[in-house]
Amino acid sequence: MARTLNLRIWRGDSTDGGLQDVQVEANEGEVVLDVIHRVQATQMGDLAVRWNCKAGKCGSCSMEINGKPRLACMTQVASYGDDETITVTPLRAFPVIKDLVTDVSFNYKKAMEIPAYSPPADLKPGEARMEQIDVERSQEFRKCIECFLCQDVCHVVRDHEENKKSFAGPRFFIRIAELDMHPLDTLKNRKRTAQEEHGLGMCNITKCCTEVCPEHIKITDNAIIPMKERVADLKYDPVRWLGSKIRKREGIV
Amino acid sequence: MTTDKLVLERHKYDVLVIGAGGAGLRAAVEARESGLRVAIICKSLFGKAHTVMAEGGAAASMGNANSNDNWQTHFRDTMRGGKFLNHFRMAELHAKESPDRIWELEMWGALFDRTKEGKISQRNFGGHEYPRLAHVGDRTGLELIRTMQQKIVALQQADKREHGEYESHIKVFAELTVTEILKEDGKIAGAYGYWRESGSEVLFEAPAVIIATGGVGKTFKITSNSWEGTGDGHALALKAGANLVDMEFLQFHPTGMVWPPSVRGILVTESVRGEGGILTNNLGERFMFKYIPDVFKDKYADNEAEADRWYEDQDNNRRPPELLPRDEVARAINSEVKAGRGTEHGGVFLDVSKRLSAEIIKKRLPSMWHQFYELAGVDITKEAMEVGPTCHYVMGGVEVEPDTAAAVGVPGLYAAGEVAGGMHGSNRLGGNSLSDLLVFGRRAGMGAAAYVKQTTASPVSDATVSAAAARIEAPFARSGGENSYSLHAELQEVTHNLVGIIRTGVELKDAIEKIADIRKRSANVAVSGGRKFNPGFHLAFDLDNMLLVAESTAKSAIGREESRGGHTRDDFPGMDMGWRQYNHIASFDGNQVSVRKQSLPDMPKELFSLFDVEELKKYMTPDEVAKGGSN
Repeated sequence: MARTLNLRIWRGDSTDGGLQDVQVEANEGEVVLDVIHRVQATQMGDLAVRWNCKAGKCGSCSMEINGKPRLACMTQVASYGDDETITVTPLRAFPVIKDLVTDVSFNYKKAMEIPAYSPPADLKPGEARMEQIDVERSQEFRKCIECFLCQDVCHVVRDHEENKKSFAGPRFFIRIAELDMHPLDTLKNRKRTAQEEHGLGMCNITKCCTEVCPEHIKITDNAIIPMKERVADLKYDPVRWLGSKIRKREGIV
Repeated sequence: MTTDKLVLERHKYDVLVIGAGGAGLRAAVEARESGLRVAIICKSLFGKAHTVMAEGGAAASMGNANSNDNWQTHFRDTMRGGKFLNHFRMAELHAKESPDRIWELEMWGALFDRTKEGKISQRNFGGHEYPRLAHVGDRTGLELIRTMQQKIVALQQADKREHGEYESHIKVFAELTVTEILKEDGKIAGAYGYWRESGSEVLFEAPAVIIATGGVGKTFKITSNSWEGTGDGHALALKAGANLVDMEFLQFHPTGMVWPPSVRGILVTESVRGEGGILTNNLGERFMFKYIPDVFKDKYADNEAEADRWYEDQDNNRRPPELLPRDEVARAINSEVKAGRGTEHGGVFLDVSKRLSAEIIKKRLPSMWHQFYELAGVDITKEAMEVGPTCHYVMGGVEVEPDTAAAVGVPGLYAAGEVAGGMHGSNRLGGNSLSDLLVFGRRAGMGAAAYVKQTTASPVSDATVSAAAARIEAPFARSGGENSYSLHAELQEVTHNLVGIIRTGVELKDAIEKIADIRKRSANVAVSGGRKFNPGFHLAFDLDNMLLVAESTAKSAIGREESRGGHTRDDFPGMDMGWRQYNHIASFDGNQVSVRKQSLPDMPKELFSLFDVEELKKYMTPDEVAKGGSN
């Protein structure tokens, strides 16, 4: 059952741009990315949009649909009313390159700043033994497809460019949590550096990141809050504080 | 916009890796660890390559789930799956080295699912005698990509500590398309391309290039591949003077989604069958029992009771026929649908809800549950999925030396992963792709590093640069020409209808003519808009690659007058022992592709003797069997 859809697309680049209205055919079962592709093939050959797998697995087609950060490949046209105009705009927290494509290099820079996995020095390949229940905590965070919707929605940076320097964002808090909970990782100070170097303290737990995560990762409850609690314990517990001073420990376990 | 050579962006590296999927990243790690400076070039953002779509797992005979497993068994399964057309040496290296490559990933931070003893868990898959696939739920490819992406970052962090800069020795050039591999004096000198973001051009000078560009699925209408699967590496290699081996063999994965239309072709992992999913037609009949070919009759159950028992007791029962190699299952589904026993939307039913609880399904097949629930409104814990064949993988690819992954005939050129040919013969087993890209990605990195250390780099001449730049400029200079989107759609119709899962000589001849016609018209493609992130412009180059791939496939397919693995001829339905002795070699003279036969290398006696002679008699001529392999 084809119908005509009113689609409003942001077109432009870093210098200038605005919303353009187009009418496009939409068929049963189609997602927003399908109709964008149809516009591209029939009306705007140079319309810029990122996409890859079209199955919610690669996290490329992130954009804002009626103001909400979403994957265009996982957003059904039918989830909007028949007469409703669907408005698609680029991710707001990142600089526009062209049309629906933004410069997400911020995220790749932050990724470089998170210290890598550090296995025990004497561990030989094939000898690792881990319980399923122990790997599952980190596996939840490794489901992340790096769509960066959580980075986009996070109000610490969404309208505060100046915070980007000192704030890694939810995607990298779960990366730190994943390594911190990895049964074999040996680096001891991950929570402290999350707080001191990656801006964990700036998060005030509004859970917007969890709400937009297409992989349904409980970013706030399972990664951010547990890390914040541990950091707070270690910082404000006087006995622990004293212990850390007396023994001059490098890390906090 | 013209390219001013004074401002042309230039880079010099020891090794260029084109493609940032599993094979490319593994190659890059190896080349960097051998002390070289490495550039990784990819069309998408870093970490988005098609490898993320791999679901089921990576095959490696670690023996964690069944201690009887070993490399010899894996080797035998791989050769059987490929109907003995595989390059024996590639299959041997792959079977021997896969376990080490998986364990190595674990050292880099990968978190595979575990057995009760805390080892890496292994699951069943089609064509594998034992549970062999290391996996993470049904998102194993994502785990591989992310692990290697993070390994690259770890290397960059080490470089920062040592050299003061993250990107001093290994750098990712994301969203950059390579349009040409450059040669000087008959050997590799670099590559030329453009930034997709700005459209501005880039010259890379390097003595070695590793092609790891993946597959060709976008040449077809119904495919599990993303937009990147346009055969770039196949075409770049052909144009650089390399050969493509056995391009007629394409794997149609038996289970792609069929409904709704917008998701047609998206992969439904084989793990669904590995975990006990059964295939039925619209009569409710479990039809796979009718389609067990003679060569597999002793390994697959011919009745439901035995097939069901196998899940509990693998030593005393034969495997369910749903777990036959992919080519067999895809043809069976095709036949059922053609005979009018398909579903409303032209597929068959795949049901895992009757065997597993909702909780286990969501745990073992989380992304399948998610995919069907969100895209098709189907809850797979309660109802059956509708599935049908989808173009998934190309067995054919660049002809390489097995040990080094060096492309035959082009010094300095290497290829690994899906873009390389030979490893899988006429049909790839599920799970052998992720292990292939690790094993041969590493070997390509080693091969390129060894080559670079004993060669001198050739500078790229101005004439070579000008020619490459002119080609990029051309579509902008035309006006009123053909539209690249329409030509692409036309090509997909031709391949789908005439070079698809079932082929005939008459249709292939028609296809060759039609592809030639589209190629002629594609020389006249015009592009609207500017150079900045312009998908119409990008597609013009992808289209060129897909046309060369389609021509190679159609011309290889018309020559092979038999049916084997991922090549089924309605007019030559049987497997022919004579044809098993030959590979098809496609080459390009700058104008058109030509295809010739080439003798398969003889399997040495020690590998030959791993098989039961009675089994080999099903595939080989009496003379070959009597000879017993080469010395």
